[in-house]
Amino acid sequence: MRRRAIPVNVAMWLLGLFAMTPLLWMLSVSLMQPGEAAHFPPPLLPARPTVQNYVTLFATTDMARFFLNSLALATLATLISTTFNVMAGYAFAKLDFRGRDALFRWLLAALVIPAQVAMIPLFLLCKELGLVNSFAGVLAPSIATVFGIFLVRQYALAIPDELLEAARIDGASEWRIFRSIALPALTPILVTLATFAFLASWSDFLWPLIILNDTAKQTLPIALANLSREHVQDFELMMAGAVVTLAPVLLLFLALQRYYLSGLLAGSVKG
Amino acid sequence: MRRSVAAWTLVAPALIALAMFFFLPIVAALLLSFTDFDLYALADLHNLRFVGLGNYLTLLKTPLFWQALGNTIEFVVLGVPLSIATSLGAALLINSKLARFRSIFRTIFFAPVVTTLVAVAVIWRYLFNTRFGVINWLLGLIGLGPVDWLGSPHWAMPAIVIFAVWKNFGYNMIILLAGLQTIPDDLYEAARIDGAGPLAQFRHVTLPALAPVMLVVSILTMAAYFQLFAEPYVMTQGGPVQSTTSILYLMFVQGFQFWNLGYATAVAFVLFAILFALTLVQVRLSRRWSGQ
Repeated sequence: MRRRAIPVNVAMWLLGLFAMTPLLWMLSVSLMQPGEAAHFPPPLLPARPTVQNYVTLFATTDMARFFLNSLALATLATLISTTFNVMAGYAFAKLDFRGRDALFRWLLAALVIPAQVAMIPLFLLCKELGLVNSFAGVLAPSIATVFGIFLVRQYALAIPDELLEAARIDGASEWRIFRSIALPALTPILVTLATFAFLASWSDFLWPLIILNDTAKQTLPIALANLSREHVQDFELMMAGAVVTLAPVLLLFLALQRYYLSGLLAGSVKG
Repeated sequence: MRRSVAAWTLVAPALIALAMFFFLPIVAALLLSFTDFDLYALADLHNLRFVGLGNYLTLLKTPLFWQALGNTIEFVVLGVPLSIATSLGAALLINSKLARFRSIFRTIFFAPVVTTLVAVAVIWRYLFNTRFGVINWLLGLIGLGPVDWLGSPHWAMPAIVIFAVWKNFGYNMIILLAGLQTIPDDLYEAARIDGAGPLAQFRHVTLPALAPVMLVVSILTMAAYFQLFAEPYVMTQGGPVQSTTSILYLMFVQGFQFWNLGYATAVAFVLFAILFALTLVQVRLSRRWSGQ
C-alpha cells in the first residue's frame, strides 16, 4: 500500500510544479533587477529583490488608469448581467407566461452560436449607435447571457411553489415575492454568476480590442498585449504587468472557489 | 394576468438585450457575408454591393484561408487529446485515496484556468525564449535543445499547444473528477476480487464508466479550441510565416485591419459551420450512447 502511494504523490507534485512554475516564475522575475532575467542559465530567484519594476510600470505607463478601466468595466458588467440574468432566470423557472418553454428552448439553441459570428455586425451596430470607443460599447454584449439565465433557471426550479403560493395568498405582489423570497433563496447561484461575470469581463480580449481604439480607454489585457510588443526585451517589467493583471482574478478565485467550481459543474451538465 | 405581466417585466430586459446585441447581429452577419462590405461601404453605404456567395468562393480560392484552417485543425488535433489526457491524469490523481493534500492540489491545478489569457501568454512567451527561456534550459539539462519555439514555423504551433494544455487542463479535470466520483466503489471491489490490478481496473471499470463524460468533454474542448485567437495574437502574431494564423485570427486581420467586413463575416460563418457540425455529432453520439 505505502509503496504504491509514492508514485501517485510524486506524479501529483510534478503536475503541481507544471501548473505553478509559470506563475511563480512571473512573481520572481517581477522582483528582479532590470535585465537580470535575460541570462543563461535563467535565474530562478532574484539576487537582490526590488519593487523597482512596479514603480517603473506605474510611473512610465498608464497602468493605473488601465487597471481602473478594467475594474470599472468588470464591476459594471457583473452588476448588470447578474441583475438581468437572475430576473429572467427566475421568471423562466417559476412564473407561467405564454410561450415560455418555446422561448427558453430557442435561447438554449442559441448557445451553439459562437459569439464571434455576431461580432462584426455588432461592431457596425455600435458604430451606428455611437458606442464605438465607449465603455457602453464594451458592455453591450454582456448585458445578459443565455448561459447565466440557464444557470439561474436550473437553480430556481428547486424553490418550492407552495412557498410562492402562500405569499400570493397573503397578498404579496410578484415583485415583492421576487425580492423577499426568490432572491434570498438564489443567493448562492448569484455569487457563482457574479464570479463568472467578473472573471469573464476582466479577461475578455477580442471584443474590447475591436471596440476600443482610444488608448486612454483600454483595459488591462489590451494594454498588456500592446506593452509586450513594445517591451519585448524587458522581462522584469512585463512580469510586473502580468502580476498586476493576474492578482485580482487569482485572489477572487481563491476567495470564491467553492461557488465557482459548483457553477462550473452545474453548467457542464447542459451538454 | 397579473402574474404574466410580472413575468414579462422580469424577462424583458434580458430578452431585449439579447435580441439587440446577439440575435440581430447574427441575422445581420448572414446578410453581411453575402455583401462586399469594406472600407468604402463603411464610409458610404451606397458603395455596398450584394455578391451572393462571392465571399465564400473567394475564401475557397485563398491559400491563406486553407492554411488558417489547417493550422487550426493542427491545434485541435494536437491540443484536444493532450489536454484531455492531462485532465484525466489530474482527475485520477486527485481522486486517488493514496494521494495527500488533494484539495490543495485541486486548487493549484485549477488556478491556470481562471488566469487572464493575455497575461499568461506573455509569461509563456518568455518561458519559450530561445536563449534565456526556462523551457530550453530544462531541455538542456537532459541533453536536448535548444529549440527555437516561437521563431520556427515547425515549433510555434506545438508551443501554443503546450501553453493551451497548461491553461485549460484544470477545467476538464473538475468535470472528469465529478464523473469519477459517481463510479461506485463496489465495481472496483468486484474487479479486485477478480484479480484485476490497477491498470486492468482503469481499463475495465474507470474508462467505460467515464466514456459518456469523456465524449461531452472532448467535443466541448474541440469547439473551444477551434476558437483559437488570443494565443497567437500575443505570442506569435500569427507567424512565423503564418504558421499560427488561425481561423479567428484571419477573421480579425481581414475584418479589423483590412476592413473587409463582408469577407471576414464569411470566415466567421465557416467557423460556425464547423462548430455546428461538431454539436450535431455530439447529439447523435450521446443519443446512441443513452439508447444502449
